[in-house]
Amino acid sequence: MVRHTLVMRALLAAGLALALTPVSAQDKAAPEKPIKIGIVTFLSGAAAGPFGVPARNGAEVIVEAINAGKVPAPYAGIGLAGAPIEVSFVDEAGGTTKQVNEFRNLVQRDNVDAVVGYISSGDCLAVAPVAEELKRLTIFFDCGTPRIFEDASYKYLFRTGATATIDNTAAALYVMEMKPQLKTVAAINQNYAWGQDSWNDFEAAIKVLKPDVKIGTSQMPKLLAGQYGAEISALLTSDADVVHSSFWGGDAEALILQGAPRGLFKKSTVVMTAGEPTLVRLGTQVPEGTVIGARGPFNVFAPDTELNKWFRKVYEERYAVAPSYPAYKMAQALLGLKAAFDKAQAANGGKRPNQDQVIAAFENLTFEGPGGPVAMSLGKGHQAVQGTAYGTVKHEGGKVTVTNVKRYPASRITPPDGVKSEEWIKSGFKTAK
Amino acid sequence: MAGLVSVLIDGIVYSSYLFIIAVGLTLIYGVMKILNMAHGSLYALGAYVAATLVGAWFNGGLNPYGSFALLALSAIAVGLVAGPLIERGLLRFMYGKDEIVLLLVTYSVFLILEDVITLIWGVESYSAYQPYGLLGNIDLGGLPYTVYDALLVIVALLVGVALTLVLTRTRHGKLLLAVIHDREVSAAMGINVGRVYFVTFTLGTMLAALGGALIAPKVSVVPAMGVEVIVLAFAVVVIGGLGSLPGAALGAVIVGLVRSAAVHYWPEVELFSIYLVMALVLIARPRGLFSTAEARKI
Repeated sequence: MVRHTLVMRALLAAGLALALTPVSAQDKAAPEKPIKIGIVTFLSGAAAGPFGVPARNGAEVIVEAINAGKVPAPYAGIGLAGAPIEVSFVDEAGGTTKQVNEFRNLVQRDNVDAVVGYISSGDCLAVAPVAEELKRLTIFFDCGTPRIFEDASYKYLFRTGATATIDNTAAALYVMEMKPQLKTVAAINQNYAWGQDSWNDFEAAIKVLKPDVKIGTSQMPKLLAGQYGAEISALLTSDADVVHSSFWGGDAEALILQGAPRGLFKKSTVVMTAGEPTLVRLGTQVPEGTVIGARGPFNVFAPDTELNKWFRKVYEERYAVAPSYPAYKMAQALLGLKAAFDKAQAANGGKRPNQDQVIAAFENLTFEGPGGPVAMSLGKGHQAVQGTAYGTVKHEGGKVTVTNVKRYPASRITPPDGVKSEEWIKSGFKTAK
Repeated sequence: MAGLVSVLIDGIVYSSYLFIIAVGLTLIYGVMKILNMAHGSLYALGAYVAATLVGAWFNGGLNPYGSFALLALSAIAVGLVAGPLIERGLLRFMYGKDEIVLLLVTYSVFLILEDVITLIWGVESYSAYQPYGLLGNIDLGGLPYTVYDALLVIVALLVGVALTLVLTRTRHGKLLLAVIHDREVSAAMGINVGRVYFVTFTLGTMLAALGGALIAPKVSVVPAMGVEVIVLAFAVVVIGGLGSLPGAALGAVIVGLVRSAAVHYWPEVELFSIYLVMALVLIARPRGLFSTAEARKI
C-alpha cells in the first residue's frame, strides 16, 4: 500500500490559508477531520500500464483539485463536504482472494470512510458482498460486468461507470450504420469472462439488427497470449466485413502490431470496443479505418465542456500524455462522491453528513463528470447509466484522431431497470429508439 | 475450411518461437538438473532490452536494418550479464542440493527479476514494432505473412543445428555431454564441471533472452509477459522430455501444429489443446517423448 502525500499538501495549503485568515474567521471554521478514501487500481502486472496507472493519475489530479477547491463548476468548495480527502492507494493485482483481504484491511484496519476502485469484473464480483457485509461505502469506477446490480441489490455499493452492455450494443449500432450491407462478422476476444461476455453481447446485438448475418469465426485466445499469427490467418480466411474485438492492454496492442502488417485492418473493419487507450499508446500505429470505443464518452469522445477542458489540461500538464478512459472513469467516480457528499451536507444543514446521509444523497443522483452527465438510475439508484460514442481512426498531420463519431444516448443502449442485459439484447433492444 | 497450408505455416512459425524459448530451458535442465523458473523473466528481460535499444535506434534515425543486429545484441548482452550474475552469484552455492530446492531458488530469482524489470522500465508497455514490417510480406497459401516470421523460422533452425553441431562435433560439446551423463565421474576425470555449468547457464540465459528479443517487435512488451512463456516452455519440454534437445524441437512442432489446427478448425478448444497433447503424451510416455529412465540426453 502506498500512503499518499496529497493530504499533506492539502493540509499545508489549508494551514497557510488558515494563517492568512482573520482570527474571527478562524474561530468559526475549525479544520475538518480528513475523509479517508482507499483507492484500488492495478499498480503492477499487465493491466497497470493501460488501465491502473492512468486511473491512479486521474485520482491524483482530481483529489488534489478537490482538496484545493479548484474543480470548476458545477463543483464548488474545498474537499468533500468541506473535509480534505486522505488517499491510500492499493494494488489491485493478485487475484480476488487478495483483493477481498485488502478490502477488509482498508475498512477494518485502516478505517477508511470509502473505497473507490476495481477494474477487474472478477474483483468487483468478489468485493461487492464484502462491502455490504462490512457496511462501508464503496464505489466501483470501472469494472464492466452487468451482473453486479442485475443479480443483486446493495445499499453500500455504487458504480459510477456504465456496464459493458453499452460497449457492445453501441458497437453493433455503429457497425450497422457504417456497413448496412454487412454479411459476415468474425471476432477475436480473450478467453475469460470479459471477452466471452463482450462477444456474446455483440453477437446477440448484431443478430437482432441483421438477422441474416453470418459468423465467420470467433477466436478466443488465452488472456495475455501475445501471439496471434494463427488467429490472424483464421480471421483473414473468414472474409469477414467486420472483426469484433474487446482486447485490451498489451493484447490489443499486439493484435494491431501483428494484424496491421498482414493486412487484417485493410481487409476487414476491426471494431475494438475497448481500444481507445491504444490511441494514446500506439498513436498512428493504429491503422486508419479501425473503429474505436472508449467505454463511454471519454478522451477523444469527451464533450467540449469547461470541466472536460480543465481535466485534460491539468492531466496533460502533469503527465505529458492525454488522459485515457480509465483516468476519466476514476475522475467521474471521485466527482460523483463529491457531488453526493456536498448534496448530503446541504441536506444536513451544512454539517458534515454521516455515511447513511451520503448514501441517501448518492442514490438516483445525477452529476457531471468530464465525460458529461452521469445518472445513477439503475440498480435502485446505485448503478450509473451514460451514453457512449464510437468513431473511426484517422491519421491527420502525423497524429491519430477519430472521424465519423456517432453518439448513442444511454436510453438507446442500456436496458431498463430490472431487466437483465442479455435478455434485453436478445429480445431486440426493446427500449431502442 | 481454412487451407492446410495456412495451418502448417502458422504452426511452424509458432513452433519456431516455442523452440527458441524452450531450448534454453531444456539445455539448463539437461546439464545442470535445474528447472529454471527464472527463464520467463530472462525472456522478458531480453524483450525489454531489445525494445529499448530498437526504440532508441529508430529515434536516432539510424539505418533501420541495423535494428536486426540490435535484437541479437540484446540477447547476447542479457546472456553475458544476467547469466553469470545468477550462476556465479547464487546458483553455484546451491549445487548438489535437491532439485526442488533449486526450483524454489530459481522461482525466487524469477520474482526478483520481475520486480527489477518493473523498477527499471515501470509498468508501461514498450514496443519495438519497426523491424516486424520492415522486410515486407510474402504470400503463402493465399495469405500474407511477414518476412520477419520466416526469419524467425530460420533463426530457430540455425539455433537447433548450431547446438546439435556444438554438442556432437566439438570438444566442448563432448565435455558437456559427459557432464550430462555423469557429473561425478566427469569431475573425477578432470573436467571442470563448474565451468561447464557456468557456460551452460550463460548460453541458456542467452537463448531465453533471444526468444524475448525476437518476439519484441511482434508484441507489446508488458509486465508479466514472462509468466505466460514459462508455462508454454514447460509444456514443450515436458512433451519432448526434460533435457532433450530433439525432444524440445519435436515438442515445439507438436504444440505449434496442434494449436494452429485448433485455431483454424476448432477455436473453442485452443486454450485446452496444448495441455491435452501434454496429458496424452505423458500418459503414453511419462518422462516425455525423448527421455528414458536410464539415459539422460541432450
